[in-house]
Amino acid sequence: MTTLTADEQKLIVATQAGLPIVARPFAEIAARLAICEADVVDGFDRLRKRGVLRRIAAAPNHYALGLTANGMTVWDVDDRHVSELGREIGALEFVTHCYRRPRALPDWPYNLFAMVHGHSRDEVEAKRKRVAEILGVSCRACDILYSTRILKKTGLRLSSSGG
Amino acid sequence: MSKRRRNIEIALDPLDRAIINRLQDDLPLVPEPFALISSQLGCSTEALLERIERLLSAGALTRFGPFYDAAAMGGAYCLCAMAVPEICFDEIAEIVNGFDQVAHNYARDHLFNMWFVLATETEAGIAEAAKAIEAATGITVLLFPKEEEFFIGFKVAA
Repeated sequence: MTTLTADEQKLIVATQAGLPIVARPFAEIAARLAICEADVVDGFDRLRKRGVLRRIAAAPNHYALGLTANGMTVWDVDDRHVSELGREIGALEFVTHCYRRPRALPDWPYNLFAMVHGHSRDEVEAKRKRVAEILGVSCRACDILYSTRILKKTGLRLSSSGG
Repeated sequence: MSKRRRNIEIALDPLDRAIINRLQDDLPLVPEPFALISSQLGCSTEALLERIERLLSAGALTRFGPFYDAAAMGGAYCLCAMAVPEICFDEIAEIVNGFDQVAHNYARDHLFNMWFVLATETEAGIAEAAKAIEAATGITVLLFPKEEEFFIGFKVAA
């Protein structure tokens, strides 16, 4: 964790809803904050180097792109091998997120989560099979949870008062 | 964002797809980043900006901007799940969504049928929010904090 300066906090609050879609977006943010363009660019650069800023990018709507099948695949993987196997699963081009998480026994025996998107459930099932092949005998049980509805989707909101 | 926009496939031409694919990568930190990208894509900067606005308003892109890491700022994220009786699912969804700390919430076909992400400004905020949701709904909230993150290949091909 890292402490934010007051200026960094202001930069984050000013941009967390999105970047202005203009030819000089950093200049526009600078004008709003009454600082100069180079300060904004340098500020982002420092935040990126410290890992606070992951990237400046677009978030696609998977449904609009035709990726209507979204399966959260979950796996009960031997603790001795889960880190090594998780890295392998996370590197698959069709896995968008991959995490090790705690089990919640007895109802939830799964410790590896990998999100798989596809144009159809058949496509997702085929991808899930590839994951199962990689995990092999280290996997004791698995399941897949398809999303049926998006109930809410917003980002993290840092309050302007700071936190 | 309306449900209608979220769940309908949008007609995209090859330039739209190229733009969506390119914009999922990090924006260069230069004064005119879109000029750089438009020259790579072979269109004018004006055309690129117009297309981005259109993709955002049509809902093909949900947002464009910085992705901050909550944990690096001292905040926290946590995936949570609840087993909600079908009969009161919408009612419970409304209560859960009413919490500002709930960043995303998805219905999934499983005994644990509601999966949401809590995003809070402090680590302690996660347990507090989960307790408040339990009190408001009467349903146990299971917490699945990430213990290890493997490579996040967030990109999808448009």
